[in-house]
Amino acid sequence: MPMSSSPVLPDALGRGFRRIGAGTINAFARIGFATRFFVAVLLQTPAAFLRLRLTLREIYFAGVLSLVVIMVSGLFVGMVLGLQGFDTLNRYGAGDSLGIFVGLSLVRELGPVVAGLLFASRAGSAITAEIGLMKTTEQLSAMEMMAVDPLARIVAPRFWGGVISMPLLAALFSVMGVFGAYLVGVRLIGVDNGTFWGNMQAGIDFWPDVTNGIIKSIVFGVAVSLIAVFEGYDAKPTAEGVSSATTRTVVGGSLAILALDFVLTVFMFRGIGE
Amino acid sequence: MNRSTIDLWVGIFVTIGFGAIVFLALKVGNLTTLNAAPSYQLEARFDNIGGLKPRAPVKAAGVVVGRVSNVRLDPKTYEAIVSLNIDNGYEFSKDTIASILTSGLLGEVYIGLESGGDMQMLASGGRIGKTQSAVVLEKLISQFMFDKASAGPPGGGK
Repeated sequence: MPMSSSPVLPDALGRGFRRIGAGTINAFARIGFATRFFVAVLLQTPAAFLRLRLTLREIYFAGVLSLVVIMVSGLFVGMVLGLQGFDTLNRYGAGDSLGIFVGLSLVRELGPVVAGLLFASRAGSAITAEIGLMKTTEQLSAMEMMAVDPLARIVAPRFWGGVISMPLLAALFSVMGVFGAYLVGVRLIGVDNGTFWGNMQAGIDFWPDVTNGIIKSIVFGVAVSLIAVFEGYDAKPTAEGVSSATTRTVVGGSLAILALDFVLTVFMFRGIGE
Repeated sequence: MNRSTIDLWVGIFVTIGFGAIVFLALKVGNLTTLNAAPSYQLEARFDNIGGLKPRAPVKAAGVVVGRVSNVRLDPKTYEAIVSLNIDNGYEFSKDTIASILTSGLLGEVYIGLESGGDMQMLASGGRIGKTQSAVVLEKLISQFMFDKASAGPPGGGK
C-alpha cells in the first residue's frame, strides 16, 4: 500500500523537507567553495606582490579613496565621545579621566570596528560590484581563454589591497577620533590639556592596547576583503545577481566584523577579572 | 588615472597611515616611558595585597619610580610575593617600608615606598623586609563593630 492515503499533507511536508535539505546542502557547498577560494587566493599571494602595480592600484581605490570618509567619521565619532564621555564621567567627578576613556574606546573598539564597517560599505561593495560586473560581461572567462588566471590578475591584488589598507585606515580613524575628543574636551569644555594627554598616556599601553587594536583591524581587513572578492566572484552573472552580491558583501561583512570583534575581544581580555 | 599619480597617492596614504600608528604608540600609548628606563627587580612579601595588579605603579613620595611586574602566592607561607621593577637611578635603603595604598576612595591601588635611614642600599633581586598589607575595608568595619559590641550596648544601658 503506497503512502498516498492522505496525499495532501505528505506532499506539502515532502516539499518543505526537500527545500530545507536543498538549502542546507547549498549552504555547506557555499562554505566549502568559499574555503577553497580563500586557499586559492592565498596561494596567489606571490602574484599580487610580483605585480606590485596592480596591488598599488587597489590600495589606491580601497585605501586612498576611503581616506576622506574615514577621517571625517573619526573626527565626529571622537567629538561625540568627548561630549558624551565628559557628561557621564563628570557625574562621578571623574571628568579628568576623559583622555583615557576616549583613547581606550577608540584604540580598542571603535577604531577597528567603525573603520571596518565603513570600509565594508565603501571599498568592499565597490570590489564586489567590479568583480561581479567583470564576470557578467565575461571578462573573467576571456582572461581564462588567454591563459591568464583571474585569481592572480584580478582577485589577489584586490584582496591584498584591502588587507593592507584596513589597519592603516583604522589607525587614522583612531587618531582623528582622539583629535576630535581633544577639540571638544580641551578646547570647548575646558578639561586641562596636560591632564587629558597625561591620563591617556598613563592608562593606555602600546602593548597590549594599541597592538590589540591593530590585530583586530588586520583580521577585519582579511574578513571584509575575502567576503568582497568571494561575493563578486560567486555572483550570478546578471544585473540582479551583481546587485544582490553587493548587498551580501555589506551585510555579511558588517556581521562578520561584529561577530569577530566579540570573539577577538574575549580572547584579548581573558585576564580582565584577575 | 596616471600610474605615477597613483603611486604618489598610495605613498602619501601609507605614510600617514604609519604616522597614525606611530602617533598611537607615542602620544596616545606610552611606548616611550615603557621601555626607555632600564630597571632592576626587588621583591616584597605581603599578608594581603588587596586589589594590587601587575603594572600598578610603585611610588616614593608620590613619584612613580617603577611598576609591579608580577604577583604570585607563596604556596608554603601563603604570603603574596610581589615583584617590583624599579627604574635604575633610584636606590632604596635596606630598611625601606613597602605599603599597599589606594589613591583616593575609588582610585588605583599602588605600592608606596618609604626609605629608612640605613646606609646600605637594596641590590637588584633584593627583598624589602618591612611591609604593610592592604587595608581591607570589610575587616576594618568588622573590627570597629566588634569593638563597639564589646564596649557594651549603646547608651550605657545601666
